Amino acid sequence: MKYFARRIFIYVLTAWAAVTINFFIPRLMPGDPVQSLINRKQGQISADAAQSLYVLFGLDKNTNMLEQYIAYWQQLLRGDLGLSFANFPTPVSEVLAQSLPWTIGLVGIATIISFVLGSLIGVLIGWRRGTWADGILPVATFFSSVPYFWLGLIAIMLFSITWKIFPTGGAYDGGLIPGWDLDFIVSVLQHGALPALTIVLSSVAGWILGMRNMMVTVTSEDYVTVAQAKGLSESNVMFGYAARNAVLPQVSSFALSLGFIVSGTLVTEMVFSYQGIGFTLFQAIGAKDFPLMQGAFLVITLSVLAANILADVAYVFLDPRTRQEG
Amino acid sequence: MTAIPVQTDATALTGTNPAPTAAGPRRKPRGTAQQRFPFLRNKKAVTGLVILGFFTLLALIGPWIAPFDPNAISKDILQGPSATHWFGTSHLGQDVLSQIIVGTRSVMLVGLVTGVIATVLSVIVGVSAGFLGGVSDEILSALSNIFLVIPALPLIIIIAGQLPDAGGMTIALILAATGWAWGARVLRAQTLSLRRRDFVEAARANGESTWRIVWFETLPNLTAIIASSFIGTVTFAILSQTTLAFIGVTSIKSWSWGTVLYWAQSGQALHRGAWWWFVPAGLCIALVGMALTFINFGIDEFVNPRLRSAGTSAKDMRRRGIRPRIGFTAIDRSAMATSRRRAVAPPAHPDAWAPETTPSPKSPPTKEPKR
Repeated sequence: MKYFARRIFIYVLTAWAAVTINFFIPRLMPGDPVQSLINRKQGQISADAAQSLYVLFGLDKNTNMLEQYIAYWQQLLRGDLGLSFANFPTPVSEVLAQSLPWTIGLVGIATIISFVLGSLIGVLIGWRRGTWADGILPVATFFSSVPYFWLGLIAIMLFSITWKIFPTGGAYDGGLIPGWDLDFIVSVLQHGALPALTIVLSSVAGWILGMRNMMVTVTSEDYVTVAQAKGLSESNVMFGYAARNAVLPQVSSFALSLGFIVSGTLVTEMVFSYQGIGFTLFQAIGAKDFPLMQGAFLVITLSVLAANILADVAYVFLDPRTRQEG
Repeated sequence: MTAIPVQTDATALTGTNPAPTAAGPRRKPRGTAQQRFPFLRNKKAVTGLVILGFFTLLALIGPWIAPFDPNAISKDILQGPSATHWFGTSHLGQDVLSQIIVGTRSVMLVGLVTGVIATVLSVIVGVSAGFLGGVSDEILSALSNIFLVIPALPLIIIIAGQLPDAGGMTIALILAATGWAWGARVLRAQTLSLRRRDFVEAARANGESTWRIVWFETLPNLTAIIASSFIGTVTFAILSQTTLAFIGVTSIKSWSWGTVLYWAQSGQALHRGAWWWFVPAGLCIALVGMALTFINFGIDEFVNPRLRSAGTSAKDMRRRGIRPRIGFTAIDRSAMATSRRRAVAPPAHPDAWAPETTPSPKSPPTKEPKR
């Protein structure tokens, strides 16, 4: 349990750090981009909303930093992230609440598929080292070096424009009303297939390479030789002894590289105009919608933290050593 | 240097062993470049270095060899690859090849600057965390964990997006500030394991100062890890810089591969079927990334001999009648022969060439059933 308490402490610390970074960045920037935006929207913003933006961006010059910081926290805990400028006068939290499920659905499923698939292929390649399977390695290296968004562009060019198999963008057919009916679900799956394929294709290579290298290292451990000597079946040795141990660093690196992966997948959403957080962030950049950008950063970071906690729980299940008391 | 090279093996020692003989000057091993730099014996590493060298050259002389001015507008609008325009033209008739050649410089420069700054940061944080231990270690590790978990791209976007004009160097600084944590983590782990090794204890017992232990005993043994974290950071920097330019966060005035892609996207290259506009830039990124990964593989195999399959490609193994099985560590006989010859010259410990990580001769590490 000590292990778990430690991790939770780190996550609380990270959440605090993310909020604090979010607090300081607009205050450290030269000029006042937000002030000018507020001025431009003058008259449309109610006094309350304007006050909330002043607190978020530190434009309230009459208070000192500490008071601002406390006011900022109070506002955040109420779930107030300010007003979005681009989708005026919708609150940022509302815009993000609409896009978050799409991102979790697309990125979450694609990342898990990629991790499981990559680890399985890695186990097989690592086990059959020095056969034709090694030929996958250079290909995997190539795909791991390609930026996600470029692969997305190529996928759109091939599968949406040259051969019109998949739609070019969006999360569902514009003519449909979101709901749990068959038409809508089919449309969502159709629209999600290509972005998901892109994410899987560009992230699977990293897992293959990592798992393969761990397998190669683990298979020369004595316990694997012993298992083999006991006459256990090959698949038993491969999965029960070698892969079981090789997957541990893989899971902890999964937790650590989530930040990188999420960064990459957000850009995939931008390319496919998939209405998740990444696309919202992209639109916010174009519209210089600072409240939305800051809010998106916070929500993305907190989601990554939540995913990290899940990965940690998985790790505790996989590695009995972490469960030992004392 | 009293340090014992960590986790290197026979082939590695042929070139890097400082041959600690008290009597007589150290004889420089004469031979081909391959023998002097065993790193170059690794085919992957050489491939990576060659590709990287090509792009570095392009970065240096790019503006002089570009066939056209990348900004020059011409009447050849959206033309496919031809003899005059190898990579075709953009919606304004600009030469895409020239844009890519000129853009190489900023890509490589941002990669290099980010890599250097982030690596220095990670060495400072990682090594001091590993060495100091206690509360300082806890604080520094927590700091690097925080930076690892926070997704870098959205953070960079909110910083760069609020700056009036984010040029190449600003981006490099921001990328370095967000990209050092991984290296610091790896370096801390390795420093922790080095700190308790005998040679460091011996140095401490000799009364060497902490600074001397850090600089002359520890850092030389971290070289491979520092190099690989440097290369990892450069890859991260190049990918991030391109992504930022592509989504239009950074300045779009100067040319880089990301800027080319940005204009291709905003110029509707996809829907106009202008594949030549965005395919080459992406391939260049992939090539550089691949080169860096290959170099990293080279370093990995250099450090961890188990990953090495020196001269044992699949075909080669079949020809020699070797069936790779579990617990199989390929042994490069020719490399061993040369190293043995060298190891005989100085009165070294007979086991000096036996790496710590390879299985001891007593256990049956290799299974090479001859057909």
